[in-house]
Amino acid sequence: MSTRVEAQGHAPGVGAHTENGRRSYLIGLSYALILTAASFWVSFTDLIFPPGVPILLGVLAIAQMGAHLVFFLHISSAVDQTNNILALAFGVFVVGLTVFGSMIIMSHLNHMMMPMDRLLQIQR
Amino acid sequence: MNATVESLEDAPGIPLSFQGPASARVVASFGFWLFLLSDIVMFAAMFAAYAVLSGETAGGLSGADLFDRRHVFIETLCLLFSSVTCGFGMLAIQREDAGSAFRWMLLTFLLGAVFVGLEVSEFFGMVSRGAGPSRSAFLSSFFMLVGTHGLHVTTGLLWLLVMFAQVRSLGFRPMVTRRLFCFGLFWHALDIVWVGVFTIVYLGAYR
Repeated sequence: MSTRVEAQGHAPGVGAHTENGRRSYLIGLSYALILTAASFWVSFTDLIFPPGVPILLGVLAIAQMGAHLVFFLHISSAVDQTNNILALAFGVFVVGLTVFGSMIIMSHLNHMMMPMDRLLQIQR
Repeated sequence: MNATVESLEDAPGIPLSFQGPASARVVASFGFWLFLLSDIVMFAAMFAAYAVLSGETAGGLSGADLFDRRHVFIETLCLLFSSVTCGFGMLAIQREDAGSAFRWMLLTFLLGAVFVGLEVSEFFGMVSRGAGPSRSAFLSSFFMLVGTHGLHVTTGLLWLLVMFAQVRSLGFRPMVTRRLFCFGLFWHALDIVWVGVFTIVYLGAYR
């Protein structure tokens, strides 16, 4: 990895800073393969306590997204990557709000809703 | 980018305000990075719709009845390996090694095409079993989310064909290599979205 700092920042993806590029992709590939295989194994196996399966799948997916960001897109915490990291953090924030916000609101609405047969009885 | 610009940017003594704007390569890639994040936000809305509606099968077939995880595993491997070959292609482009770049990008294209082919065959199989997008809210949101991802991959394949033509006619000009690097970002981002798709849609269906 280069220690040179470009004041103008540097963009994600392959660039002047990507030394040992091939190695980075191969490390990323092996992480991704292991995590993908683990995800499918978790979904197939009966060895894991069933309520824990979605949590484990979520952890494996987040780990794999992280591996892709670091080894394929070459996102790092270097000083000259502040712009990329800030944009990414905002993106993750909006994604989290959208997904978890929708899920919480919709499950509450569902919970508060009158059961369909009861509703039909009243309307009759 | 010529040598004098490089040396000015690298000079440690020159303050930021004297260095002028960042190079077109940095500006283009950063702008494209912002676009990709906004694209991922759009996918997030579809993921949210799917997460809310995934149980609403209206008495029809559910995900566990319809999905074939072995099929999905092969799709995942295609996309993952195409991401890596794309990365190798980007490194070759950086070295301006046209032959090696062409071979890696051709491999990327073929793996992407296999992925799209597998997905289209899956969609046709589902529709022929009476599980089309109009069957239930679950299937509407499924086809919306997975279909949009597939459409992105198809667009990426078309983009790659255009880039083959541009490299052939224009060579590795800065303008062309910038577009190729943006394609690389796009392709890696699609692979990240696919990680979410196979975890939430396909593996999540077997809870």
